Amino acid sequence: MKVKPTEDEDGAVELRTDGGTSDQMFEDADPTDVGPLTQAKEILYEGLVAPAKIAWSDWRTKTGIVILGTFVLIAVLVDLHQNGYTILNDFLGLVGSPWELTEPSSAFGCSNGECAQGYERDRKPFQNWETPLGTDPEGRDILAGVVWATPRMLRMVVAGGVFSIGMATIVGTVSGYKGGTTDQVLMTLTDIALSIPGLPLVIVLIAVINPSSPYIIGVVIVINVWAGLARTIQSQVLSLREQSYVEASRTMGIRTPKIIQKDILPNLMPYIMVNFVYSARRVIYDSVGLYFLGFLEFETIANWGVMMNWAYANQGALTQSGPRYLIIVPMAPIVLLSFGLILLSQGTDRLFNPRVRTRHEGDTVEEEEEEDQVQPAMV
Amino acid sequence: MNWYVKRTGQALITLWAVVTLAFFLTRQMPGSAMERYVDRAQQNLGPNADPAQIRRAVADQMMFHPDDSFWEAYSTYMESLLTGNLGYSIEAGDNLNTVMADAIPWTLFVMALATFGLFGISLALGAIMAYKEGSLFDLSNTLVGMFTTSIPYYVAGVLLIIYVGFGDGFVTQHFPTRDRLPHTASPGFNLDFVIAAFSHATLPALSFILTAYGLLALSMRGNSIQVLGEDYVRVAQLRGLPERRIALRYVGRNAVLPLYTSLLLSIGFMMGASVILEQIFNYRGVGFWMWRAIDVMDVTLMMAVFLMITISVVLATFFADLTYGFLDPRIKTGDEGEAY
Repeated sequence: MKVKPTEDEDGAVELRTDGGTSDQMFEDADPTDVGPLTQAKEILYEGLVAPAKIAWSDWRTKTGIVILGTFVLIAVLVDLHQNGYTILNDFLGLVGSPWELTEPSSAFGCSNGECAQGYERDRKPFQNWETPLGTDPEGRDILAGVVWATPRMLRMVVAGGVFSIGMATIVGTVSGYKGGTTDQVLMTLTDIALSIPGLPLVIVLIAVINPSSPYIIGVVIVINVWAGLARTIQSQVLSLREQSYVEASRTMGIRTPKIIQKDILPNLMPYIMVNFVYSARRVIYDSVGLYFLGFLEFETIANWGVMMNWAYANQGALTQSGPRYLIIVPMAPIVLLSFGLILLSQGTDRLFNPRVRTRHEGDTVEEEEEEDQVQPAMV
Repeated sequence: MNWYVKRTGQALITLWAVVTLAFFLTRQMPGSAMERYVDRAQQNLGPNADPAQIRRAVADQMMFHPDDSFWEAYSTYMESLLTGNLGYSIEAGDNLNTVMADAIPWTLFVMALATFGLFGISLALGAIMAYKEGSLFDLSNTLVGMFTTSIPYYVAGVLLIIYVGFGDGFVTQHFPTRDRLPHTASPGFNLDFVIAAFSHATLPALSFILTAYGLLALSMRGNSIQVLGEDYVRVAQLRGLPERRIALRYVGRNAVLPLYTSLLLSIGFMMGASVILEQIFNYRGVGFWMWRAIDVMDVTLMMAVFLMITISVVLATFFADLTYGFLDPRIKTGDEGEAY
């Protein structure tokens, strides 16, 4: 912020107590008008451009962003395809790719009066570029299946991630900042949620409510994952609220929600980001696992786990002589997606570290500090 | 308040909350799942049986009767659990106390094996990486650790079955991919039995270890590097203390402390994950029964598995927490915070 000189009304050169003149002192400090446009630009720079630059300067986040970006791109294209906009196939046709996306359906049977044009069965991967990842014993294109399940998976991930960090941030900041009875009650609840192992609870809940919407499945899977982050945030807030600048805001009579929003939350961003990634990973692991063993019901290829389930339960892929590629191929995107997330989270520490930011902007801060560990232990 | 009292209270509240949650969920189960038990009791007792008798039989198996009022059902349920009765399962065809008593030790065995293996490997590896910070060893292990962390444990399980379990190499042939014991083994503390038990548990435990060591080793590395820069380590070096003592008592101990939470969390995680892993390995532990229960919607079996896993996790974390005081004496001061 620029400081506006107060004594420039008549423009006279006044002698100041420190011996200087106001003109000399504030020569380069003309009052700048911060219009809405400038403000928007600043917010854009602070919030997006600068973090993006830092993220891009680190190979881990860079690779992570590329991997996740690819998944998002595929998901968007496939989702458009599922809704009738065949941009992906138009593009593939232009490039002359032998493969194009069709709904993966079995070679047997007809649905809606249209009989599926199945591929040759049991085609191994990388042999025929019409189906690059091969086909399963029912003639489904495996690559199409993998791609087809992507949008739904990302929906689950987003729903689960947003729910878990939202819940954790609310519980953590409120209990940490309010303290007293609120704190004790909320933290007891958090501890209970924390000590219940997630998966059995999720399975039982799914048996009761039998969800099919990806959003609900995502939320159910992280039903107690928020607790770990809530604990971290609570302890962080406990120390933050004693900081002098927070105390200053309090003394100035700024209302609690505003203090939490302006003074507390920005400090918690690294924890929140990292935990978003970990919740997302949890959603991927658990949803695929639940589909894999058939705890979640399905009718079509709704998830990579469904393909693993077919390979495991119907084709005996886990027997000595079973068709192994059927179960290995759908595992690849799971590992890749979570690898992207892990890479991103490993670099996130730097993203929110003000010292790294300063260094990036050109100021020389020589001190090479060890990055704060904001990783949750293990989820 | 004394920390131990507080911690015990918290464990008790958690246990109560878990049991109550199980009760709520059981009541919410689809009615068809309940009717099976009523039908079965009717069949067993014959068509002319006294309704009160049927009622008692159902209540005995399910720990409450579906038609009971809420509080009535709740009190019978609690009473039944407190007297150590888990009910009867049609699917398992046996009293659930017997089923669970048979299954629990095996799940705990795999979990203990995985926990010790995991912490042994990650702590050692993390410490070495910290001492050799920036070397090729450090960098390559960081990368490998990050990659293995992105593999779900069941994917590792599948890969281990396919490439290790089905392999017939010199080493790999010794790791069976199914069951917890060979059919021929007779229980008892003889060498064959112990070897068989360990070899059957190796692959399930490895699935956890291989997919979790990376993150833990990286945290250990980070902590150690941080501790290595502390003044008291330099003072210890200046005092001429032996390297070994510094590494273990000064660096190691302080670097391990923050990882204690990981230990507690990993116990819960592994117990929970047994639901999936034991199915893949056909390992008849507690988690194995969950799949059977869901498959036929056997409510009592499902809830028994849920309760057993959750209660063991609550107790395990409780006891692990109690031992924390030995590692970090500061905890005993409890709420008063650190004394300066």
